[in-house]
Amino acid sequence: MSKIIFQDVHKSFEDGQKVLNGVSLEIENAETHIILGRSGCGKSVLLKCLLGIFPINTGNILVDGLSVKNKHDYGNYIKKFSILFQGNALFDSMTVVENVEFGIKQVRRDSSKIIRSIAEEKLLSVGLEKRVFDLYPAEISGGMQKRAALARAIAIEPDILLFDEPTSGLDPITGGIICNLLKDTVKKLGVTSLTITHDLKVAQFLSDRASLLNKGQVVWTGHTGEMKNCQNDFVREFYNASDVISRK
Amino acid sequence: MIESFTSLGKYTIAALQEIGRVSIFVFRSVRCCFYPPFFLKELWRQMLAVGFYSLPIVGLTAIFAGMVLALQMHVGFTRFNAEGAIATVVVISITRELGPVFAGLMVAGRLGSAIAAEIGSMRVSEQIDALLTLRVDPLKFLVAPRIIAGLLMLPFLVLIADIIGVMGGFLVSTTLLDFSVGSYIAQTVKNLEIMDVLSGLAKASAFGFCISAFGCYHGFFSDLGARGVGRATTSAVVSSCIGVLVLNYLLTALFFGI
Repeated sequence: MSKIIFQDVHKSFEDGQKVLNGVSLEIENAETHIILGRSGCGKSVLLKCLLGIFPINTGNILVDGLSVKNKHDYGNYIKKFSILFQGNALFDSMTVVENVEFGIKQVRRDSSKIIRSIAEEKLLSVGLEKRVFDLYPAEISGGMQKRAALARAIAIEPDILLFDEPTSGLDPITGGIICNLLKDTVKKLGVTSLTITHDLKVAQFLSDRASLLNKGQVVWTGHTGEMKNCQNDFVREFYNASDVISRK
Repeated sequence: MIESFTSLGKYTIAALQEIGRVSIFVFRSVRCCFYPPFFLKELWRQMLAVGFYSLPIVGLTAIFAGMVLALQMHVGFTRFNAEGAIATVVVISITRELGPVFAGLMVAGRLGSAIAAEIGSMRVSEQIDALLTLRVDPLKFLVAPRIIAGLLMLPFLVLIADIIGVMGGFLVSTTLLDFSVGSYIAQTVKNLEIMDVLSGLAKASAFGFCISAFGCYHGFFSDLGARGVGRATTSAVVSSCIGVLVLNYLLTALFFGI
């Protein structure tokens, strides 16, 4: 369990494009928080800034008091995270079980037999069958890849789980199953989790506390149920658009 | 006039920045080769890719190089009644120059592009970011094994290319040019010095390093999207080939005291 604090985070790229324009946000211990927003509003950049993949220009990000800007302590900082990437990011050159083993090997010094058994246990826990363990990521479906990536993410026993557009590219039924799986996993592990999505339904299902990002700023934070009655123009526009799509 | 100087200055600064970026990347990658963890499985995979899977194309290039060389030398040397020197010229040319350079260029085309495409695709599909979140230094896992494999396996490839190339010259000379088997082999062995072979192998090692480093660099910093990966692949092949040719000149001048 960890607390995440974004303090007035600014990020712009070399070409002058300003993506984050003073993001301030606090995510409590064991909270399941969702960051909503339109495509291109800076959600994924925020996630990569949190991980230290993109350096921030000004402001700070603190996780349990550790700053993303402190390069000397980056090893301890990054240890707290695990992420389920939008495109799964499974290693093509490794089989499904090797992908999970690879993650475990970086955090445990056990025999390969023990590591194999942990990896298999994690894969079974996310609902994958044994027959896919020795297949390569390209040989399995998108839903299975998502499960395998989740198994790899939880196998390293993180304090914080990050989900980047967890249902993108999946059909509604598989997306629903994955959402259930994520919710159960977070509940079982009791970790802090942060999900990036543009899908209000996914946000409402996974958590009741969310933040809405627009033009690189957090324009609203609160319970997803309160969005409907919010007076902020952008929040209403976002809610109504999502509502229209789901009704259609 | 001022505009010309301005653009010249911009190009110079951009070129120096690029050289600086490559140097820092190579320095950091080489440093990664010396401290654990070592990803031996990945190293083995890369050694196979360089040393084993490049063997057919390098062997094919070498045998034809040897055969053509023997034919051309025969045409030239008959003008001076010096046909007896064909075996010597073939073996020295192959071991010192043609073996390493042809192998280097073929591997640059085959492997430089493969490395850049693989690492570039990993960048696009966020696999490099995934490595970071799994506490793995991407330079250690992706770049160091490829650099070590290039450094170690290209000399091995070139040694085999040397043997095959000399065999090509031998085949043409003994079947088409009426050389006797015994005298051709005797000429080959008599005039071959160990330095001829070793200089070729040292060159190969330098070429292997250069090809892997450029392939990894362009893949690692490729732009996103299929177009970005394509551009990285082309740049990797072009810069590897130029690197091989420049290094070849510099090392030849160094080894043979010119």
